[in-house]
Amino acid sequence: MKFWISCAIALGGAIALAAILKNEYFFFAGYTVLMFIVLATAWNILGGYAGYVNFGTPAFFGLGAYTAAVLFKAFELPLALQIVAAATMSGLLGLGAGLLTLRLRGIFFAIATIALVVIMETLFINWRYAGGATGLQLLRPPPTAPFESYIKMLFVVMAALAVIAVAIARYIETSWLGRGLRAIRDSEEAAEASGVPTLKLKVFACTVSGALMGVAGAPMPMYLSFIEPASTFNLNYAIGALASPMIGGTAHYIGPVLGAILLASFQQIVTVTISNEVNVLVVGVMLVVFVVAAPDGILGLLKKIPWKRS
Amino acid sequence: MEFSFDLLLEAVVFGVLLGCFYAAVSIGLSVSFGLLDVPHVAHPALIVFGSYCTWFVARYGLDPILAGVVLMPLFFLLGVAIYRFYYETFEKRGTEAGVRGIAFFFGVALIIEVGLILIFGVDQRTVEAAYIGKSLELGDMRIPLRFLVAFGVAVVLMAGLTLYLAKTFTGRAIKAVAQDEPALRLMGADPVRIKQWAFGIATATASLAGALLIVIGPVDPGLDRTYIGRTFSVVVLAGLGSMTGTLAAGLILGITESIVLMQFGASWAPAVAFGLLLLVLGVRPQGLFGR
Repeated sequence: MKFWISCAIALGGAIALAAILKNEYFFFAGYTVLMFIVLATAWNILGGYAGYVNFGTPAFFGLGAYTAAVLFKAFELPLALQIVAAATMSGLLGLGAGLLTLRLRGIFFAIATIALVVIMETLFINWRYAGGATGLQLLRPPPTAPFESYIKMLFVVMAALAVIAVAIARYIETSWLGRGLRAIRDSEEAAEASGVPTLKLKVFACTVSGALMGVAGAPMPMYLSFIEPASTFNLNYAIGALASPMIGGTAHYIGPVLGAILLASFQQIVTVTISNEVNVLVVGVMLVVFVVAAPDGILGLLKKIPWKRS
Repeated sequence: MEFSFDLLLEAVVFGVLLGCFYAAVSIGLSVSFGLLDVPHVAHPALIVFGSYCTWFVARYGLDPILAGVVLMPLFFLLGVAIYRFYYETFEKRGTEAGVRGIAFFFGVALIIEVGLILIFGVDQRTVEAAYIGKSLELGDMRIPLRFLVAFGVAVVLMAGLTLYLAKTFTGRAIKAVAQDEPALRLMGADPVRIKQWAFGIATATASLAGALLIVIGPVDPGLDRTYIGRTFSVVVLAGLGSMTGTLAAGLILGITESIVLMQFGASWAPAVAFGLLLLVLGVRPQGLFGR
């Protein structure tokens, strides 16, 4: 119950902000932070619970974005349907990739997902209809009724998607699915021996995770009014999706949210004030420091503080 | 697209040269990932780092290949340090490092890449040497001399490492540690020291591989991302830790890439390595010469 109340408060807060605030830049930045919450939460379903590292976030994200863009170009499909279609496509990609490589040890899956990014990018570079290497300009339709500007609408949509993503992650974490995935992470052989359907669970997690990443990408073409392969399949999405849960903590659904808020807000500030390179460098350093010194992330650190326990 | 036998022959010749180069670039990873089981996704970044070090030294008039060789001891020490750190933080704590080990090397790769951008900028770097820019003419075919030089060095590097692993005492110890670590411990040998040594050697090859990389073409800090795919696909296709396999896999990748490049154009070529990798993982994950 507490969870749903917090969800309602978060979503209500986003709508209130959209109603009150005039500064459009806030929504541009806020959208990115929310998007990274979705990506990090999605990543954590497979990476955090089951322990399979996915470097392929940009492949799922980009496929979602391109699905939305192509459907918009062809049929002027409304945003909601674009998102559903993106989730389906990226989910199918997750299913395929999972079936192909999740039988193998984790490192092979990790490498295969890097491969996925390059293959996707190459496909879309060579697809003329979707704009090829130069990209596709898209004309934004007018915003739907209660919203006065499109960016505010996207902000609220992304907030809703973030809530949905976290709710799904929470459901998986607290149900038997989560227990199975954790068993896989701790010892795959032991899990298999005690009757956990390991492959099915992993493929399921990969599909859900992929679908959510596609969802995060779907509003992107509308957000930028433009889509282009090099930035859509950028490895920086993989970095954000992987680093946020690692920094926040992978054991609990709130970890990726915490990490994404910290990391993405920080990135917004550094990219604007210093430079994009420094931003990536800091993320790299933070990733290494956390992985080495605080393996359970911020959540783990918080738990260690004695007064917190009472 | 018209099929021509001459073009195909040219593609194959190029593919062989390129393939040997790919094998040489991957051979360090074949030791560190293939034999030692370290999820070393930062290896390509170290190779690019090697290219920049080569460039830096070669500015003082040293031949780039020679510069790569001179830098090898330094890279050896770097590798020993990296493994020591990895061992102390991850392997020593018992269970396999899993997610955190991969994330660690991913972070290291990022730091190297961005560090290079911050120091040298995003511009491409090239080196100069007598053999760069000239080419050998064989009938209608023109083979750039730089490819031949890289080919020669690659062959020497691979032959050297293969012989080292097969014939010397430490080399066999490295293979032993890959096969059965507990048994080695029972024989009274220290597997950690052997692994440290092996990881040092694997990293040392990265400086020479980096030199080859910058001899073959211009290098920029983001190049490691392409080479993650190439090196891992060679190592996986080879069958983890097989030296002969690495050469065969490098040749397969080089020839395929070169034919695709000639038939379908440059925009399709990057996907070859990765497509091959996915295919191998799906169909024959133990590779061609799997243990």
